[in-house]
Amino acid sequence: MSGAFRIPSAGRLSQAKTARFSFDGQSYTGIEGDTLASALLANGVHLVGRSFKYHRPRGFLSAGAEEPNALVQIERDAARKAPNIRATVQELYDGLVASSQNRWPSLAFDVGAVNDIASPLFSAGFYYKTFMWPKAAWKSLYEPKIRAAAGLGVSPDKPDPDHYSSRYAHCDVLVLGGGAAGIAAALAAAETGARVILADEHADFGGSLRFETGAKIDGQDGYGWAQAAIAKLKGMDNVRVLSRTTAFGYYAQNFVGLVERVSDHLQSPGHDLPRERLWQVRAKRVVLATGSIERHMVFADNDRPGIMLASAARIYLNHYGVAVGKNVGVYTANDSAYAAAIDLKKAGVNIAAIVDLRDHPTGPVIDEARALGIEINFGRAVIRAGGKLRVTSMTVQPKNGGGERTIPVDAILMSAGWTPSVHLFSQSRGKVAFNDETKRFVPGIYAQDCVSVGACNGTDGLSASIDEAYAAGAKAAKDAGAKTAKGTKPKVDASESWSRGMLGAAPGAGPDKTVKAFVDFQNDVTAKDIRQAVHEGMRSIEHVKRFTTNGMATDQGKTSNMHGLAIAAETLGKPIPEVGLTTFRAPYTPVTFGAIVSHARGPLFDPTRKTAIHPWAEAHGAVFEDVGQWKRAWYFPKAGEDMHAAVDRECVAVRTNAGLFDASTLGKIEVVGPDAAKFMELLYTNPWEKLEPGRCRYGIMLREDGFIYDDGVVGRLAPDRFHVTTTTGGAPRVMNHMEDYLQTEFPHLNVWLTSITEQWAVIAVQGPKSRDIIAPLVEGIDMSDGALPHMSVREGKICGVPTRLFRMSFTGERGFEVNVPADYGQAVWEALWAEGQKHGATAYGTEAMHVLRAEKGYIIVGQDTDGTVTPNDAGLDWAVGKKKTDFVGIRGLTRPDLVAKGRKQLVGLKTKDPKVVLEEGAQIVADPKQAIPMKMIGHVTSSYWSQNCGRSIALALVAGGRDRMGETLYVPMPNGVIEVEITGMVFFDETGGRLNG
Amino acid sequence: MLLIRCPYCEEERPELEFRNAGEAHIARSANMAGESDDDFEKFFFIRSNPKGIIYERWRHIHGCARFFNAVRDTVTDKFVMTYKAGEPKPSKLPGAVK
Repeated sequence: MSGAFRIPSAGRLSQAKTARFSFDGQSYTGIEGDTLASALLANGVHLVGRSFKYHRPRGFLSAGAEEPNALVQIERDAARKAPNIRATVQELYDGLVASSQNRWPSLAFDVGAVNDIASPLFSAGFYYKTFMWPKAAWKSLYEPKIRAAAGLGVSPDKPDPDHYSSRYAHCDVLVLGGGAAGIAAALAAAETGARVILADEHADFGGSLRFETGAKIDGQDGYGWAQAAIAKLKGMDNVRVLSRTTAFGYYAQNFVGLVERVSDHLQSPGHDLPRERLWQVRAKRVVLATGSIERHMVFADNDRPGIMLASAARIYLNHYGVAVGKNVGVYTANDSAYAAAIDLKKAGVNIAAIVDLRDHPTGPVIDEARALGIEINFGRAVIRAGGKLRVTSMTVQPKNGGGERTIPVDAILMSAGWTPSVHLFSQSRGKVAFNDETKRFVPGIYAQDCVSVGACNGTDGLSASIDEAYAAGAKAAKDAGAKTAKGTKPKVDASESWSRGMLGAAPGAGPDKTVKAFVDFQNDVTAKDIRQAVHEGMRSIEHVKRFTTNGMATDQGKTSNMHGLAIAAETLGKPIPEVGLTTFRAPYTPVTFGAIVSHARGPLFDPTRKTAIHPWAEAHGAVFEDVGQWKRAWYFPKAGEDMHAAVDRECVAVRTNAGLFDASTLGKIEVVGPDAAKFMELLYTNPWEKLEPGRCRYGIMLREDGFIYDDGVVGRLAPDRFHVTTTTGGAPRVMNHMEDYLQTEFPHLNVWLTSITEQWAVIAVQGPKSRDIIAPLVEGIDMSDGALPHMSVREGKICGVPTRLFRMSFTGERGFEVNVPADYGQAVWEALWAEGQKHGATAYGTEAMHVLRAEKGYIIVGQDTDGTVTPNDAGLDWAVGKKKTDFVGIRGLTRPDLVAKGRKQLVGLKTKDPKVVLEEGAQIVADPKQAIPMKMIGHVTSSYWSQNCGRSIALALVAGGRDRMGETLYVPMPNGVIEVEITGMVFFDETGGRLNG
Repeated sequence: MLLIRCPYCEEERPELEFRNAGEAHIARSANMAGESDDDFEKFFFIRSNPKGIIYERWRHIHGCARFFNAVRDTVTDKFVMTYKAGEPKPSKLPGAVK
């Protein structure tokens, strides 16, 4: 037997298939097909959680996604701990382990419940008011305490071992919601041949047909019809049916995000199965058939375990075969709760009494209840519930006051009416409209190509819903380009239908009362809190919401929003539509990060770019650093060397013999065409027209505002062909910048731009022996200084493969950059390396490259410049063509602030103590004795130990720096003030003789 | 995710393929060096930032790589139309009243 409250004759689950599970360490038995909620209820367990603020005992309110109370922790193993799982949604599997949350030391005895007794202190806006003073206490005391007390559940502390997948899908008609209306719409659309996707959040389809016993469609009971229709749809090639799939977000142009829970319901999911699958669907038309959600009654202590929505009790009985109690009370303001009472009574459960707020309701369900001998009380209210860990009684009073009567019960079913689920409609940016007669918000003005059908559209009755949905499904398909439907509309033979209900607080929880009548269960918001928010000056419902936190919990106010709004409107003395509804936002229900991240984790998070020479560097022990997406060899430590030792050795070797450096990541763009030189003139500050083919020039690119954007050496291969290099990180944006001007500002220029970064591997060979290393391998290029001077380029062959050989230097030594097709990169490197071994060459990494260039005062754009540095500031005025009439940035350069005196200029710094290496980013002051905050006149941009100079070196941006040569300035640091002297930017070989050395 | 019609590819493609490139129809002066401070300010710094219809530049960067112009409503986020770079600002918008 799977629980004392299981009724063998009721429900649709097979009693033979049992599943064992545990909750808070206690073992229970359920049935396959149960949710954790139905299985616990079958075992008589109602108490499953503690509320967020007051730590009040809580049970199940609902049987679905709207559940605010029954949040549990599910643990498969140490790494698979999922907090805040709604027990009403989690399907049972054999071996499931669940535990309650937000309680200590135990669920039945929770110390935090003292908050409930002290609740007058914790009224609406409590946090805003209380923790304001003293200010310093917020960080040290209040915040840590609040954080420890807050939060639901415990997050896993290990990486998620599961995998998630992601699919894009396109369809003609996307139907969201698989109840009667959704199925009818899907059938109509599918019969036209249109591509249809039908999704429902539950494990099985049918929506309210899962509990409505009175529905008959096409001669079958409603649930049976739904299953047959789904089977038919699944058999159609043009239809995709997704169960356990929640549409959580409705975005622009009918782009809908759905998450499919693929394996959370399985006992041992195979490793080939993802845990969840994210569907990103673009639909030509969307049919919203999201149904409606029942509201609770707002009365004192309406949160006691055992008090639940009437429809939930009906699902537990009619689908799962579980009675929610043995002696059940009913409190309602509409007919639907009667059906629950009737079903339970017929199943043998005692109905203690029905309490109906309405004065003289009539109808078939009322007659039937009366005929079954159920006590019915009209015009009366339940003014309070008794019991603590489980409801024990309901106290009834005529709604306008009078004698009280307490009726013992072990469960109370309640229904204040039904709220159309307009969440997705509202997310689509549609505007809801308030229907004054039925007191509900329904879809009003549509913003996208979608249509709402059935209960979510405020359509009452099964027959009307199916008619509307079938017509809408056919129209959606037609609008999407399909033919006319040729099927037949489902025929409703019998159905149930309800009347209206009520909004707001019930009698006994009115403005004159201080009782705890809960509006929002998950955030512990009572009717009194909402009134208090209004009394304290909140006028907009958006303010009331934030002040009270009504509707802000993980359930997003699915049961509470309308009650909260009605109470606020009543207190404000305004009609509901004037107070307005808060905006619905995605996600409809919580979505895991895993589903959103999908496979984009770890190495797949971002592409990794590796050069052709990477494997060689790896094999030779390189330590790599990330530069954008590139992996670059940082330094090549030998046995026993730390980074400093390795970099010092590499730097000295380059200046003594030679070094090989993988410069392949350098951005490279080929600028080709009859107007290539004109284009270069416009994009760079330098003059290009007169640069002879075969020569190179250091180019500076500005933005229109006059600040340095990028730099690099440009070689002119032919009158109409430039080989442009950019910084490693700047390549894509420089390409974009060039394309932008070429396409939009200078479209008259006949030029093509091609990114060639990945086509050419670049091997820098630098040092006095560099020519000796390269020359034996080169064919067809005269390597003499006369024929190939510094800053020139030749095309020829090296090791038998084509090369663009640049004579250039980023070290100040005689240097070459050997460009070869990337596929030959490693082979040519290995040949150069073998040759280099004869001359004492070393491989060096980016760190040595940085030090060597700083020794020569060569800047790195983005390190020594920061987007506010002009060529003049950087000491590069010589690179700006003075005779040019136009280039990008020419006007920006003459802006008043850019020509003003006292701008920060790039200079060299030498510490007075040569052994002290400054920190990059350190601030510079003129007088270290001044009061704090000191006037900062600049900062260090580059700083290194230079083994070649035998001292530390640094570059800095300093106000009026070039006029301060020889001045002593100060760098205040936590451990004391460092004295520095302003110098030129060149620390090594000031005359530049080594370029030809 | 928005669908954007590339006027060169002549089809709607997902937003991921595109990159916004700021406001459109701000012409760079043919005599840039001679611009007054006020004119340069207008050209470089001042943008309309409207509530409603905006004319802006987009690039089909992960597609045909062309820059083009678009008319978008900043309230609804809807694209009204797109057109090729260099074409004049449309005098009449499709679906506009009057």
